[in-house]
Order: sequence, then structure tokens, then C-alpha cells
Amino acid sequence: MTLAHGSGGKATRALVESLFLEELGNPLLEPLGDSALLELNGSRVAFTTDSYVVKPIVFPGGDIGELAVNGTVNDLAVSGAKPVALSAGFLVEEGFEIAELRRLAASMARAAKAAGVAVATGDTKVVERGKADGLYVNTAGIGLVPTGLELGGERVRPGDRVLLSGTLGDHGMAVMIARGELALEVELESDTAPVHELAASLLELGDAVRWLRDPTRGGLATALNELAEDARLAVALEEAALPLRPEVVGACEILGIDPLYVANEGKLVAVVAPEASEEALERLRGHELGADAAIVGEIRADPEGLVLLDTAFGGSRIVDMLVGDPLPRIC
Amino acid sequence: MRYVDEFRDGELAQKLAREIETLVEPGREVKIMEVCGGHTHAIYKHGVEHLVPTEVDFVHGPGCPVCVIPMGRVDDAIALAERPDVVFATFGDMMRVPGGRGSLLEAKARDADVRMVYSPLDALELARQNPDREVVFFAIGFETTAPATALTLLRARAEGVRNFSAFCNHVTIGPPLRAILDSPGLRLDAFIAPGHVSTVIGTRPYEFIVDEYDKPVVVTAFEPLDILQAVVMLLRQLREGRCEVENQYTRVVRRDGNPRALEALEETMELRDTFEWRGLGWIGHSALKLRPEFADWDAEARFELPGDRVEDPKACQCGEVLIGAIKPWECRVFGTACTPERPIGTCMVSSEGACAAYYNYGRLARPRDTVPA
Repeated sequence: MTLAHGSGGKATRALVESLFLEELGNPLLEPLGDSALLELNGSRVAFTTDSYVVKPIVFPGGDIGELAVNGTVNDLAVSGAKPVALSAGFLVEEGFEIAELRRLAASMARAAKAAGVAVATGDTKVVERGKADGLYVNTAGIGLVPTGLELGGERVRPGDRVLLSGTLGDHGMAVMIARGELALEVELESDTAPVHELAASLLELGDAVRWLRDPTRGGLATALNELAEDARLAVALEEAALPLRPEVVGACEILGIDPLYVANEGKLVAVVAPEASEEALERLRGHELGADAAIVGEIRADPEGLVLLDTAFGGSRIVDMLVGDPLPRIC
Repeated sequence: MRYVDEFRDGELAQKLAREIETLVEPGREVKIMEVCGGHTHAIYKHGVEHLVPTEVDFVHGPGCPVCVIPMGRVDDAIALAERPDVVFATFGDMMRVPGGRGSLLEAKARDADVRMVYSPLDALELARQNPDREVVFFAIGFETTAPATALTLLRARAEGVRNFSAFCNHVTIGPPLRAILDSPGLRLDAFIAPGHVSTVIGTRPYEFIVDEYDKPVVVTAFEPLDILQAVVMLLRQLREGRCEVENQYTRVVRRDGNPRALEALEETMELRDTFEWRGLGWIGHSALKLRPEFADWDAEARFELPGDRVEDPKACQCGEVLIGAIKPWECRVFGTACTPERPIGTCMVSSEGACAAYYNYGRLARPRDTVPA
């Protein structure tokens, strides 16, 4: 294994497809969505899990506890589900401060309350000093999906619009800078937040909403590449329309990183039918988490499977899936 | 964002594009080599190729410092990194470059202590923090990055830091350009010369291209508008029958370069008799090594290295890409056996390598380009 296998990009997808799907494959797992969709006694249940290994565990704008709740809530929300309950597993390193663990648990509780979910079950394991980097957290979650709701790449059509609920790359850059290895002084906060209300508001538009995703690891570029591949269509982004904070643009420029590949933890990307796109935009902008929402692109019939970017400069290029972790350039 | 947006103005770009239209002769191709990988990256990232008429053909040169490091030197780096007493510090780009025995990233996964740094000074700091370990810095790059290595060596000596050394692979930009100009059958009309290297060495080192080979040169900055302006300047020279070294990057570059940086280089490093370039072979006086006075900080003097020469993979055509003889997609393994996930040749590794830039950004064919499916 290399770190690239955990980056959320091509190597991660290759590992999941060639190893986990081969060994564990079944009809529930195979769609590889943000959540699995189960039919239980006539109810449609979304079921998801995610692990959190962020370093540092407390960063500007949030901490690992809040992140672990919001991340799983968001995976449920973009599957069209109303989040109901979460589990929380704590892997704690020997020597970790109990007071710190309490602060993080309290932070989880606040996030759970804000998202309207209960942490209904949990587990604690302690490992020897030197393992687990202080604290790792796993959360799983279940939510209820309304009858008749269908979301997915197969429902996307040429001409549909791509909407983004806010600025790109805030979480990834905030954490990268908080590590203090870069000698950059930038005031930037993670965007960690639950997007379930944004999702619910969009889903009131019914069939016009085709596809939802929260662009976390691998960023917007990776999420849209997966869409282009699944839907066998092209996604064309408009560079000038992408909402970006100047701090993120500046830090990315210095480090040679493309904000399209940087992780977000409180954003929603939606594909919506063209006739409903303005209404969808207004709905996003009407919510405090969606104030910077924008229509950032559209779906085209070809070139199949590719994400394109019309540059602000007047040219165009393709936006590939992330390969490995973004490596900073040297000169 | 200030200092960025003004160099990426779409309207100005259209104006320059229209001027370029008026300067080309329909049907007569002008081949312009952008020497530096930074230019290649900018051309593809901003879609500059789509703004110029098809008569303007960008040929991607050898100026990607990661791309030109031969596989044997990567193996030497891995051998250093695998020593239990060594902390091996490298720029991020070098981590994925394959040698004969895999990459530094793979060595790291096998437990070698490889750390990514942004500056040689960060490596020196690592040495201070780990007094019981040997910190070796993988020094690569043209005259752009070499002065930072030089200043770090001077500081290590001044502060008496004894557990720091540099594995020096710094190269110089002049000799490979001459090698390319001397290669048989090459047809190039003009050069976009690198900007950042020139902040150090100035514009004089390119004068031989004008004097001996009769090709116009424009030293150019890295924003897409800079590149379009350089194309205008080169086309004007060709049209007016002039042949000069012009400086587009006047906001930073001086004819004599940066004397203090050159002094630091002179004090710490000297030319090697010869050095192997990936794809280009051995080129005389094309690289730097530490002076004997700095042997205590020279990883090559302090550690036993395998020093084996590793043949480039047979299928790889990086050499022909690097001299502009073929386009990235004309290589027989481009996009099939050789991709950014599993690069065979180094042009596919760094985002500034011609193949990776083309693979990542450019696979939208221009009308006259033929790209195999």
C-alpha cells in the first residue's frame, strides 16, 4: 500500500474495484455510491461508513469530532436520505488526554444536534503509544430515503446544469496550512458543515434533481470524473464561474496545487435539469451554507467520460481524476 | 487575485491571439520550442494551444528538472534513503519518479525515512532537529534551484551542521540546448527561453543560439499572457528578419542575472566533466557537483553509492519527446503502458513533464492533430 491508495483518486478507486469488490462484491456494494441503499420491511434505508484520520485533530474551523459527524451525515444526505442515527468508534492512543477526548465528544454532540441525528451506539479501543496518531474516529450512519426518489449518474442528461453550493478547497487547504509545515500565514477555516438541509431543499424540486455528491477527498474534479465515467457523458466546467476564496487561490498558486482536487467537507455538488437550475440556485443561495453557490458547468454528450474546463483565459483543457496525493511542484 | 488575474485576462488574450493571426503565413508552420516545463504546464493548463492558429506549433523542450534525472541516479537516491541512519529529504515531484528499483514513494512505503520538503533549508532544519541521524537532501534542478542548495551549504558550514549533506544532481540549461540544436534532422524556428532560470543566469547564456544557430530567442515569464506575448515577439522577429535574444520577463530578469546567486553557486559548486541526461544521454559540462572544500556536506563523497547506469526502458521515447522530435501522444506507450499512475518515462511523472501535461490537460485534439484513441 502507498499513501496514494488513500487519496480518494484513481489509486483508491482501482484498489476498491480490483480488491474489495472482488472479495466482497454483492448487489448492495456494487453501485459504489456514497451510501448503500437497502429495502427493509418496505422502508428504503441508506447505510454508510467513513473513518477520520485528520492531522491535526483540531484545525481552524473544526475538529475530528465535528468532521466525523458531518462527513457521515453528508454521505447520507447526498444519497437523498434524511439522516437518522450514527455510530461512533474511537481508536485512542495510550496517553491521550481525557479532557481532550471530552472536548471532542462534546463537539460531536453539537454537530449531531445541528444535523438532527443521534449518536446511537459506539465503541472505544485503546492502542499502544505510538499507534493511531492520538485519535482516529469511525462513524457509520443510517437514514431514510423517500419512496420514489431516484438519484444517480444514469439519470443525468446532456444539457443538465452542474451546481456547487459554495467555495472550493477550504477544508483541504485549511488543514494543510494548519500542519504548520509550509511556513505560510493564511487565515483560512475548514468548511466542515452538514449539507442535509441544502440537499433536502433541492430534493423538493423532484425529478429535476438528477445527481448529488459531497466532493470530499479528491475534490470536485474526482467527483465529476466519477460522474462522467458512470453516466458516459462529458462534464464541462466554466473556470470563471468557480467560487473560490482568494486565500485558497493564493495558497494553491504558491504550492502548485489545483483547488479542483482539494477536499471539501461542507459542500454539495448537484446536477439539475436546465429548466430547474435557476430555482435550484436560489434555493441554495437562500441557505446560509449556500450563500456562494453558483452554476459552474453543464453536461454534454461528448467527449464521453471526460471532464473539461473552459479556462478563464479563453482556452480549454481536460480535468483528469486525481493521481496520488497532489505533490507540490519544485520551481 | 492581484498579481495573478492580470496575467490571465481573457480579453487581452484574444487581442494577442488576433495579432498572432496577422503575423503567421497561412499554411507555413512555425515550430517554437518552449524550453521549460513550467511553460509546457502553463500552455496546457490554460489551453493556450487552443488560442493560437494551427501554424504555431509548440515543441516541448527538456527544461523539466525531474524529467531529465536518469534512472541510475534515482536508484542511488533510493539506496541512500534505505540506509537506516539516513533521513532522506526530497522535493515532492521526485517521489514518484521511477528508477530501476521503483520510486522513492515505494521505498517510503517499505519503511525508508523519506520526507517531502519545500526548500533545502527545511532539510537543514531536519538535520538540526535530528542530530543523531544523517539528513541527505536530494538536490535537483537547473540554475533555478541550485542557488538555494548553495546557500544552504554555506549556512550548514557556517553553523557547523555536520549531519547534513546534499546529493547533488543540479544541471545547467545551456549544454542540453546546444545538444538539441546539434541533433540531426531537427527543425526548430525559435525558442521561448525559461524565465526563472534566467533570473539567476541572465540572458547572456542564450546568445550563442542567436549567434551560432540563427534562431530568435525570447526569455519569457510563466503566465499564459506572457507566453502569448512571447509568441508575438518571436513571430515579429521572424517576419522582420531579426534574430535577437529579447527579454519578455523584464519585471524580473536582467541581462547579467543575479550576481549574488551566481557567487554562491561559484563558491560551492563546479561543473562535472559529463553527466547523463534521461533521454538525451551524456552531455559534457552539463551538471554541477560540490567543490572539494564541501566534501563534508557532499553525499557522494560521504556515502557508498551503487552508481550503476540503468538503461532507459526500450519502449520509452522520452528522449525523442525531450528534443521535440515527437509529440507526447506519438510515443508508442503514451496513455497505454505509460500513464501518470504508472509512468514508464519521467516525462509522465512531473506535472511539468510534457507527457503528463498533455495527458492531464491537453487530450482535446486541435483540428490538425491526430490523436490515437
